[in-house]
Formats: sequence, C-alpha cells, structure tokens
Amino acid sequence: MTTFETVIGLEVHLQLKTKTKIFCGCRNEFGHEPNTNVCPVCLGLPGTLPVLNRQVLLDGVKVGLALRATINNFVKFDRKNYFYPDLPKGYQISQYDLPIARQGYLDIVVEGKSKRIGITRAHLEEDAGKLVHDAVNNCSLVDYNRTGTPLVEIVSEPDIRSSQEAYEYLTALKLTLSYLGVSDCDMEKGSLRCDANVSIRPLGQEKLGTKTELKNLNSFSALKRAVEFEVVRQTGVILSGGHIVQETLLWNDAQGTAVAMRSKEQAHDYRYFPEPDLVPFTLDEGQVQAVRESLPELPYVKLARLMAQYGLNHYDAFILVQDQGLADFFEACVKLPADAKKVANWLIGPLMKEMNERRIFFTGMSLTPQAMVAIIQKVEAGVISNIVGKDVLAIVLDTGKAVDAIIAENGLAQVSDDESIGKVVDEIIAANPAAVAEIKGGKAGAVGFLVGQAMKRMQGKANPKKINEILSRRLQDV
Amino acid sequence: MVDEKIVRYIASLARLHIETADEPKFARELEAILHYVEKLGALDVVHVKPTSHVLDVENVFRDDVIKPGLSREQALGISENTRDGSYKVPRVIE
Repeated sequence: MTTFETVIGLEVHLQLKTKTKIFCGCRNEFGHEPNTNVCPVCLGLPGTLPVLNRQVLLDGVKVGLALRATINNFVKFDRKNYFYPDLPKGYQISQYDLPIARQGYLDIVVEGKSKRIGITRAHLEEDAGKLVHDAVNNCSLVDYNRTGTPLVEIVSEPDIRSSQEAYEYLTALKLTLSYLGVSDCDMEKGSLRCDANVSIRPLGQEKLGTKTELKNLNSFSALKRAVEFEVVRQTGVILSGGHIVQETLLWNDAQGTAVAMRSKEQAHDYRYFPEPDLVPFTLDEGQVQAVRESLPELPYVKLARLMAQYGLNHYDAFILVQDQGLADFFEACVKLPADAKKVANWLIGPLMKEMNERRIFFTGMSLTPQAMVAIIQKVEAGVISNIVGKDVLAIVLDTGKAVDAIIAENGLAQVSDDESIGKVVDEIIAANPAAVAEIKGGKAGAVGFLVGQAMKRMQGKANPKKINEILSRRLQDV
Repeated sequence: MVDEKIVRYIASLARLHIETADEPKFARELEAILHYVEKLGALDVVHVKPTSHVLDVENVFRDDVIKPGLSREQALGISENTRDGSYKVPRVIE
C-alpha cells in the first residue's frame, strides 16, 4: 500500500489598518453602512487615476522585514484581470513579477521540533468589495466600502507537511504580524484571511501532485479541518484509480465539506500586465534601514530573551509573548524590582482572568506595574492573604485606587497578632470537643476542620499559618 | 484560432449580448487583430530592458490623509439597480 505525503502552501491576506485606502483618500475602516466610504477612484469610474498611499508601501516593507525577506528596491504594480461584480474596474491592482518582498521564512515548532517554513513572496494589492447573495430574489448586493483596502498577500513555499504544521505556521505568522502594529490580524473580521493549496504525492516522490485551492477558511480550526478533509478526499480519489482535478474549493465549516467553485474556474487566465496608471517605485537602502530600525523585538526573539534573562520556563514565557502589552507589563514589574516567577504567576493567572472578564486591555488599564508589585509584596509579607490579594487586584482594576488605601478602607489586612488569634482558637477548641478528641486519637485530618472554623470566625482575614501554629501549641496543652 | 465558441465566451465574461449571426464576423475581426499584434513577435528583444512604464517618472505618492468621497446617494445615483444601500447585480452563484 502506498504511503502518501501531504504538501501544503498557504496564502495569507493581511488587511492593513492605514487611515485611508491604498489608492484613494477614502476612510479605511470596517463596519460602516454599505457604500458610504467610496469615491470615483475605488468605484473604478472612467477617467480616475489611483495614487499609492505611502504608508502602505512602508507597512509592506515592515511585513517583509519581519518575515526575514529580501526587499526589492524596485517595485511595480500589475493588473490582474477578471470579471466579478465585487471588482468594479474589471481588474485588481496587484503585484506580479516585482513584489515588495521575496524569499523570507518563519520558524515554527511542531511536537517540540523546530522547522523552517519558506516564504516565497509578499506583495501589495487592493481588496475587493463585499457581495451579499440573495437567493430568494435571485440577485447579489454589492458594497464597495472594502474595495481598495490595502492588502499584503504572504505566500509560503510548499514546505508544510500536515494540518498541524499549517496550524502552527498560521499561529506563528499571526503572532509575528500582530507585533508590527500594521493590522488588527482578526480572522473573524476578515483582516487576516487564509487560503490553502493542498496536494499529496507518494512518499519519496520529488514531483508535486496536482493541487487544489481551499478558500473560505475563516478560523484556525477551519484551516485544520479543511486540510484534513481534503487530504482524505484526494487519497480516496487516487487509491480508487482517479486523478485530482486542479480546482478551487469552497470550504463549508458547518457541514465539514468542500465544494468546487464553478464561477472562478473559468477565470484562471488573469492576463497580468504592468499597471499603466501607476509609475514604478524605488526603495533605497536608507529607507529600508529606517523601517528595520522601527521594528519591535519580534515575539520569538522576545520569548528566548525572557527565558534567558529572567529564568522563566518556556510555558510562562510563551504565554507572556502572546500579548505584547502583557510582556511589556511583566518586564516593567520585574524592573521595580520584583521576583520574575512570582510576577509571571500573578500576571498569567489572576490578572489575565480579571482582564478577560472585564474585556480590558493593557492600554488605558488603571493597574500600574507599581500597584501590581505592591499587591504581590503585601501577600508575600503576609499583610493580606492570597485570596484577598486577588480581590484587591480586582478593586484596583475597577477603581484605580491605591493598594494601601483599599486594604485600609475595607479592613482587609490579615490579623497576625498572637493575642487575637489565640482568643479565637481557644473558643473554637472549646466549641468542638468531638474534633479535639479525634485529633487526640490520632486523626490529624480534623486539624484542618478547626483551622477552617477559626478562619470563618475571623471572616477570612486571619493569617492561616498563624492559626495553625497557635492551634498546634494549644492542642498539646489540652 | 478564434472561433465562435471563444467569441461567445468572451461576450459572456464581458456581459455583452451578441447576435448569433454576428459571431463569425467577430471571430474574423478578433483573429485579424491577433495576427496584427503577432508581428511584434518577430522582433529580437533579448537585449532590451523590460519597460515598466512609458513615463520616466518614479515614486508618486499620496499621504495617508482622509479625503471626502461621494455620498451614498451620489454613489448609488449612477446605477439603475440598487437596493438597501447597495448595488444590485444578477446573482453570482457560489
């Protein structure tokens, strides 16, 4: 029986969040009423001319550099011709033979092993409009707000060998792109979109099999499921003596199936030619260097540094770098100074939980690194309990009040003095003769019950270590 | 070779209505145009640098600044077929 190898290449479209569209001054923003951000240029009216948004070119360079690609110092645009109502000009302005970036790579980790995925190219182009199909009235409605939204298309080499690798590549790519500040990278809103080219070949064979293109992969799980579906389908076709037809398939995530897109089948001859309405663009080394210097520390570099510099384990460091704001907040806390592992635990655990519940982000948050470290120190010093510490954290997030003031106003400080605790412990011993008898009889488990009772009496504000200490001493005297 | 089948295909892509009787005429004319352009193939262009643009101009940019476009009424006013603030077109099957 033949063993097949899966070969996958991904095409990712990234919407840039520039203020305006790529070739005109229309607002570039998601979520407006249909056809309210349009002008003669993006509607493709006769006699209009596109003019490139400078920021789009610079953002494209930034994406290219982040993917370790070579930046072409001479770039031009080309026309990609096809007829579709979401494309008012009858062609899309894209880049064909001189894209902004070529030959980059991204490193991914699959089952603990590092693998390098090549990136063939990244090019700039304009997005198309949005179509809403109305089956009842047998028509389609077109909204041109999205037409002319700047896109960077990132094309990988066919280096991906499994659905899991595809998933890891997209995850790593999204994380890297999210650090650049050039896009929202939101798959749900369509600012990050993914198509997959899938083929199979007998293991050991050099020549690539016939590929199909999967579209409409709107989430990470959809990508994984669609690839798995297509590999099973192609294997079935070949094993039963058939041939794979090169076609575009539309993934239906709800049904878990893919169907051929008939309308696009005929349109594969795009007749690219140089765009006569746009002159070429040159980038000198100085401009590229300026963009290079503006790049932030990229996530996987940051991950390695956090582990080396602060002695964090991979798990903690990996979670911290998922959000640039979180990693920055962590480092600000540690510099105050504070113990790195304790800060990481507080951030990854209680802080993330409280922030997620409130749907708040690091920008504009009322918790400062100073306040976070103050809470950690109060807990470590035994001034407040761990549980109360989390409550204080929540209050700071809601009110922005100072940590000391919150503890004082709400009487949250732990009672640690021997006299107050001793008094309560005596009462508990007197009130629970049965439990005391059990302990004397060798059942140590009942100690916990008595500590709990004392804690309850003191409304959770007693230092549990102190209760334990005093209780053990008194029990010996009983 | 441009035949009636290709003429019909191009007409359908361009959403043009062509009478069946006219198809042979269009096929002949398109064929003649292609032959005319084919003459360019006789030139030796191995040592000619590809032309990206006929104008000797580079780097024409626009700053990333919002400019007012058309109102929705103006934008939709140029079409005969609109509904719910959108352009209405024959249904595209997907």
